[in-house]
Amino acid sequence: MLSIINYGSGNVRAIGNIYDNLNIKYQIVDSVKDFSRETDKIILPGVGAFDETMNNLNRSGFRELLEKKVLVDNIPVLGICVGMQILALGSEEGSLEGLGWISGTVKKFDVSKLNFQPKIPHLGWNSVKSVNNSKLFKDVDLNTGFYFIHSYFFECFNSSDILTSTDYGETFTSSVQHSNIFGTQFHPEKSHSNGIQLLNNFYNI
Amino acid sequence: MLRPRIIPCLLVQNGGLVKTVGFQNPKYVGDPINAVKIFNEKEVDELMVLDIDATNRHTGPNFDLIRKLAVECRMPFCYGGGVTTLDQAKKIINLGAEKVAISSAALLNTSLLSEIGLSIGKQSIAVVLDVRKKKKLFGDTLYEIYINNGNTKLNVNLIDFVNELNKIGIGELVLNSIDNDGEMKGYDFDLIDLVRKNTDFPLTVVGGAGSLSDFKDLFDRYRIMGAAAGSFFVFKGKFRAVLISYPTKEEILTLYKTI
Repeated sequence: MLSIINYGSGNVRAIGNIYDNLNIKYQIVDSVKDFSRETDKIILPGVGAFDETMNNLNRSGFRELLEKKVLVDNIPVLGICVGMQILALGSEEGSLEGLGWISGTVKKFDVSKLNFQPKIPHLGWNSVKSVNNSKLFKDVDLNTGFYFIHSYFFECFNSSDILTSTDYGETFTSSVQHSNIFGTQFHPEKSHSNGIQLLNNFYNI
Repeated sequence: MLRPRIIPCLLVQNGGLVKTVGFQNPKYVGDPINAVKIFNEKEVDELMVLDIDATNRHTGPNFDLIRKLAVECRMPFCYGGGVTTLDQAKKIINLGAEKVAISSAALLNTSLLSEIGLSIGKQSIAVVLDVRKKKKLFGDTLYEIYINNGNTKLNVNLIDFVNELNKIGIGELVLNSIDNDGEMKGYDFDLIDLVRKNTDFPLTVVGGAGSLSDFKDLFDRYRIMGAAAGSFFVFKGKFRAVLISYPTKEEILTLYKTI
């Protein structure tokens, strides 16, 4: 069972819609007590500010549960957008600690080299470049890329954890993987066939 | 490299897809769900759907239609029409839309935008401004904001309002030229220049695109801009035969400089 964590951050329905179309069974989990024991994949969406997202995760009680499922039981998890950023140790955007599951920190873009407006947010479709191979990107068209909307990015401390990078004024990490923990800065649920392929790949990991 | 966004803007009336000229004479062009299926196949960058009589009907947003659209959309989807409360905005996002477009209600009550921003995030708010050009006697051009499908002029100064939006913070401003709507003769650059230099948030323009070169002119001038259009994506040829289309990946590559 694939569980999409609904902790008040992120567009859970859009992710569910994709899995509906793939005929893959999933559950939108609204509270800790609804979490299925049969869960073998977890998706952690995220939209909004870093601290608010961490607060939602802490308050809902999901943090404790996820730490057991992901770090002890080794269930694969995919963090999307701010859901990826909270995998880091912390963020320039806020003062709260992140989950710290992947060694890195979240920083604001240096947009001094960009010659257009708006510079922030990084909004729209951008390509990704492969850094380390992963099953997550099997049969994905890297050049067409994905839909992004964000003002901060994940700075990864270990280059072996970087799956793809993307250019926006500077080169930043657009997806990460550390053993069973995955993250994408972009929104696969809004990225046509590439996104469907990636979400299908995650399910099959 | 970041690509500029090319966005079909679909108008809905009584559950059917229509296209107007100068906000008048809506012509029926098909079924919205069917259109979304075609736009999925064509992998469009984003999609905007505006219910043009929801505000006048006073019935609020058509959630049944939004649910059906959101289930189909595999791209970022923005819905507008009849949204006047935070609860309606929340419900639209919870159905799977990326953004909620607000026009009349934002102009009449800016605190609604702050409320929505706090609750579901600023990035989910698109404010739509319907603007008409007014020639003044001695050359100067004035732009006036309208609501109710271009029928009611508001006594709100365009730049003052944009400055207020700067303070509130929104995800996107959709600038709609009533004069250029359906004319397919290009975007109004005077209007876009005026707004672009007064704000730093994402801007999407609609009204006037009729050919690929209209998009190219826009991207040459601004590099990054949301280029929305209606007629261009639903009509073909000078007799305006209904045919849904979208530029190919190869065509899109010719529209902007790779820097």
